[in-house]
Amino acid sequence: MEALTHVNYWAAIALAMIGLYAIIAPSNLVKKLIGLGMFQTAIFLIYITVGKVEGGTAPIIDPAYDVYSNPLPHVLILTAIVVSVSTLAVGLALTVAIKRAYGTVEEDDIDEQDRR
Amino acid sequence: MIASHLPVLQVALPLIAAPVCVLLRRGRWAWAFTTIVCWGMLAIAALLLDQAMGAGPISYRLGGWAPPIGIEYRLDGVNAFVLLILAGTAALMMPYARQSVEQEIRPERQHLFYCVFLLALTGLLGIAATGDAFNIYVFLEISSLASYVLIALGRRRRALTASYQYLIIGTIGASLILIGIGFLYAKTGTLNIADLAERVPALGETPAILAAFAFITVGVLIKLALFPFHLWLPNAYAYAPSFVSAFFAATATKVGAYMLLRFVFTVFGAPFAFGTLPLKEVLLSLSLIAVLAGSLAALFQTDLKRLLAFSSVGQIGYLGVGIGLASVTGVTGALVHVFNHALMKGGLFLAAGAIAYRLGATDLSALHGLGRRMPFTMAAVVIGGLGLVGVPITSGFVSKWYLVQGAFEEGLWPVALFVLVGSLIALAYVGRVIEAAYFRAAPEGGEPVREAPWAMQLSIWAMIAGSVYFGLHTDLTVGIAERAAAVLLGAP
Repeated sequence: MEALTHVNYWAAIALAMIGLYAIIAPSNLVKKLIGLGMFQTAIFLIYITVGKVEGGTAPIIDPAYDVYSNPLPHVLILTAIVVSVSTLAVGLALTVAIKRAYGTVEEDDIDEQDRR
Repeated sequence: MIASHLPVLQVALPLIAAPVCVLLRRGRWAWAFTTIVCWGMLAIAALLLDQAMGAGPISYRLGGWAPPIGIEYRLDGVNAFVLLILAGTAALMMPYARQSVEQEIRPERQHLFYCVFLLALTGLLGIAATGDAFNIYVFLEISSLASYVLIALGRRRRALTASYQYLIIGTIGASLILIGIGFLYAKTGTLNIADLAERVPALGETPAILAAFAFITVGVLIKLALFPFHLWLPNAYAYAPSFVSAFFAATATKVGAYMLLRFVFTVFGAPFAFGTLPLKEVLLSLSLIAVLAGSLAALFQTDLKRLLAFSSVGQIGYLGVGIGLASVTGVTGALVHVFNHALMKGGLFLAAGAIAYRLGATDLSALHGLGRRMPFTMAAVVIGGLGLVGVPITSGFVSKWYLVQGAFEEGLWPVALFVLVGSLIALAYVGRVIEAAYFRAAPEGGEPVREAPWAMQLSIWAMIAGSVYFGLHTDLTVGIAERAAAVLLGAP
């Protein structure tokens, strides 16, 4: 089965699509942020998969091994995870502020209040 | 000694200055400190541009690690020009900031405001300065996160929802860029832009490169707010604090335009983007729709800040037209317009903020009779507005001249026609503002309105006078832009 060899990529695509759907479909602002988190996690998975070398071990120099995984994507994704956490923090802080100002975190109710 | 470290100082200075603002505790001290930092950065940017134009591209090794292993800051005519625009806008706007921020931001948050502002500036400068693709993503997120916070500080509660909306759309855009960079890395094994520029064209039309191109282009277009990705922009600019609207209107989308230029022309190369792929047709048609739709939407706004924001959507279309023409003249037009639009729209948003400072509102109906009561501010609005239309002797004319000329060179006269139609619509919406301010009587029994404070006037007129000056003296801007365009297109 050709398709099964790329199982990580299929998982990443599935996660990204679920994430995007969860950003667009729900009206709840917190659920949208959960979707955003899933979408970003899917991208991390792609990077980590790229860094994997077949038969490679953790990239710590040791005479017993001579094949290592590529550590650079891991480092990049460490940075991207920090970014993603900060984004989530800012997004949740905004949601709290919106809840205080509007009394709701449902987008439909907020739109209705703005139209008034 | 220090001179050789200027490229990194350009980015590191505001980054180090940001936490200092938190320690200063007082809004006014933080403002004074930020002002000094901004003028220092303008000096650095001017020196760097001089160096980059004179001796050719500057390559700076971060921490002494040689590229492509280490991160490189690479400054050629293009990004040194963008750095100057960013630092110059920040420096010229700082006199305005003090009173505007004191009125709009709560006292206990003012020093934090300047901290976040400096972080946003760090991100924008970093995108322009770096020669590393992943670094672009990180700096993009630094500036975006700071801008979400700054926009949310607007006084009306709609600022919060505008900021939330921008956060969602902006993060998706940045994530798409991240996927694209990931594909490029998987395919080439490098993140250095100069390295990518050598290896990517050699790979040609492989699926991963095509996917990378699609993801990066769409991501950048979201950040640039080109139609149909502009939905976040009008609310974000309309409800942000005055100073923030003015600063981002002048800088954020300009950095988006720079990213588009850098990825399309340097990394993927014009032959791939415009020859193999139909970027020209896509970009030109989207841009022309942006010009028309943005300008038409501006025509029907009842609030000055929203009107200016929709006008920005239209003006971004002009940037897209110049880039989409993919000729030296077209890209020159786009780069000159980046500079000129920063001055004009920055000045206009500052003036709108000055009106909000005195009136507490920017509805067009609140502007009635304001031509008499705030003569200097309104005069600035009129001159800036005529710049948006592209009337001769304003700098808007210069950029449109190059765009129209570029369109004719390519034999695309409908493009030139659309550019001119866009100008006519701009005339109509600027006319509405002028009509409200000069030809309607002031409401009776209202409180007397004073002219805006002189420090705010200083910033407004510095921007507006600049836009007229560079409309008359085009050697400097066009000279730099032409050479930068030649660098991008690989012409000698």
